Amino acid sequence: MTTTSLTSSRGAGRAGDKVFSGATLAAGCLILAVLFGVALFLVVQAFPALTASPDLIKGGEGFFAYIWPIVIGTLIAATIALVIATPIAIGVAMFISHFAPRQLASGLGYVVDLLAAIPSVVYGAWGAAFLAKEISPAYNWLASNMGWLPIFQGPASATGKTILTAGIVLAVMILPIITSLTREIFLQTPKLHEEASLALGATRWEMIKMAVLPFARPGIISAVMLGLGRALGETMAVALVLSSGALTASLIQTGNQTIAAEIALNFPEASGLQVSTLIAAGLVLFVITLGVNMIARWIIGRHKEFSGAN
Amino acid sequence: MKALRFGRHAATAVIAAGALALTACGSDNATGTAPAPAASGPSVTGTLTGIGSSAQGAAMDAWKTSFAAANQGATVQYSPDGSGAGRKALLDGSAQFGGSDAYLKDEEYASSTAQCGPDGALAIPVYISPIAVAFNLPDVKELNLDAATVAKIFRGEIATWNDPAIAALNPDATLPDLKVTPVNRSDDSGTTTNFTEYLAAAAPEAWTDKASGVWPASLQGENAKGTSGVVKTVTDTPGAVTYADDSAVSGKLGVAQIKVGETFTKISAEAAAKAVDAGKPVEGRNANDLSIKLDRTTTIEGAYPIVLVSFHIVCSSYDKQETVDLVKAFENYVVSEAGQQAAADAAKSAPLSKELQDKAAKSIESIKVKS
Repeated sequence: MTTTSLTSSRGAGRAGDKVFSGATLAAGCLILAVLFGVALFLVVQAFPALTASPDLIKGGEGFFAYIWPIVIGTLIAATIALVIATPIAIGVAMFISHFAPRQLASGLGYVVDLLAAIPSVVYGAWGAAFLAKEISPAYNWLASNMGWLPIFQGPASATGKTILTAGIVLAVMILPIITSLTREIFLQTPKLHEEASLALGATRWEMIKMAVLPFARPGIISAVMLGLGRALGETMAVALVLSSGALTASLIQTGNQTIAAEIALNFPEASGLQVSTLIAAGLVLFVITLGVNMIARWIIGRHKEFSGAN
Repeated sequence: MKALRFGRHAATAVIAAGALALTACGSDNATGTAPAPAASGPSVTGTLTGIGSSAQGAAMDAWKTSFAAANQGATVQYSPDGSGAGRKALLDGSAQFGGSDAYLKDEEYASSTAQCGPDGALAIPVYISPIAVAFNLPDVKELNLDAATVAKIFRGEIATWNDPAIAALNPDATLPDLKVTPVNRSDDSGTTTNFTEYLAAAAPEAWTDKASGVWPASLQGENAKGTSGVVKTVTDTPGAVTYADDSAVSGKLGVAQIKVGETFTKISAEAAAKAVDAGKPVEGRNANDLSIKLDRTTTIEGAYPIVLVSFHIVCSSYDKQETVDLVKAFENYVVSEAGQQAAADAAKSAPLSKELQDKAAKSIESIKVKS
């Protein structure tokens, strides 16, 4: 009875309901249509490159030989960014949500959000003009002292414009996204859980370990995946910072390339089959991002029941 | 929403690429606003659309501003989408002229008769830019190099600056024991095309790759995006060397003199124009076409062969008298003394020689309405 009395109201209200639900439906469909349109565009435009004879593709050995080194390069850059950004972001978020005095916390949160507002081309210019130059002595040190590790094999790049520098710039760029999201998640931890664990005699660290982190785990994963999405697709910063080249294991030598930067650097002067090749590269990036998000959803779904989030 | 998130990155990439296409090489702002001479006869009106090379971008900005100022009611639109796009746009009729760092390929010329009438398209050289070999050595400002040595430096076959090959060409210089770091363009560019074309022609033993707008992937070397990027990188890195439009090379860097014949030629606008004049017309085109095949191995004294020539590709005939008048008026201004000076001021290009200006004017005069 209550339900009927709630939904049945004056005629004007019903019309408003219909308009509103229609508008939301349209908005939802529009997103799907845009996504489908982009996917269709990518597939249609990429088709010539996928079917062309191998010697016509850049590099002369077909699309697969062209794309796999830059796929690996993209993953390397994104991995470096995540490895650096995730622990820092969680640390900052934890500090803001559980350790910092109230006033400092809001100020710090504001500053972190401000980082997200800086355009990527500015990060790129900073990385290319400042960071690369300043960091190259460190690369020389790594090459001479840790050169036995394949990833630090020398000789180090003289300009410092390496995939590691690009990864560091990307890490700074994705830091605010991961930090803001994890901070919100940490703040949502039920106060009762926290107080209960403290009451049972847990130290603050034990409380965080037992109450906050398990609760926040799916949220953290979700935040990291969003950051990963941005790192994979970031174009301008990588294009400016990275001195690209063939695939190399060493992170401090010149070399490697990411898909987004490859497209940005070659698209302006491309024509014909080259355009198709670059769009096909875009399609690959699209599929990778899709895959990453699906894996993230799956992980979140799997952890849902343990977290207490729902 | 999940779907939103997937779509956004791909869409961002596409939009970024598109935006880049529109803004590429737009680093030099046009400042030249020298008034264009009034077109012969009555002032022209209408809109002229061009697509093409981003190398011409800065010069084009100056040209269209001055042209519009001198001809009330006439506008020129230019979209720097790239040379290939420019040639394609002219051939399929979506633009009335194309800007291109290369003249039409034979098959493109053959297909141009469809849009441009029986005489096909005309290439008119409008923009000459000498390419400098610029290096960062703390105490060395002048260096003599020959094609083979330049090729070896950029292939990474010369490891240090005091290498015997460089020392032999510079007996008087004190060369440091510093690592050579060649820096090339990471983006596809007309500058790279012309530089590699020079190396492939003048040093075929040392430079075994074909001329291309994309730096050979097999070569190890540093790179950076755009002319400003390579110049900045070299300025920051002692021992680095690059090739870049002469206008963009900062005073901190040294610029190599290139061996031509028996002497070493210093880069200059005159030396570049001289090398262009020494080029040969391309065969199999109509009589008014000015496609120039540069002689990269020229031995003429005082000519500087590492030079980029950019063309306007126009039709030999158009459908409407109005278009013909507009194209003629604009192109006449571009190749005129005033137009070339405006480009030199805005983009620091090398003006066409008087001889080439006259040839270009004659070629433009031949443009007519389709009969």
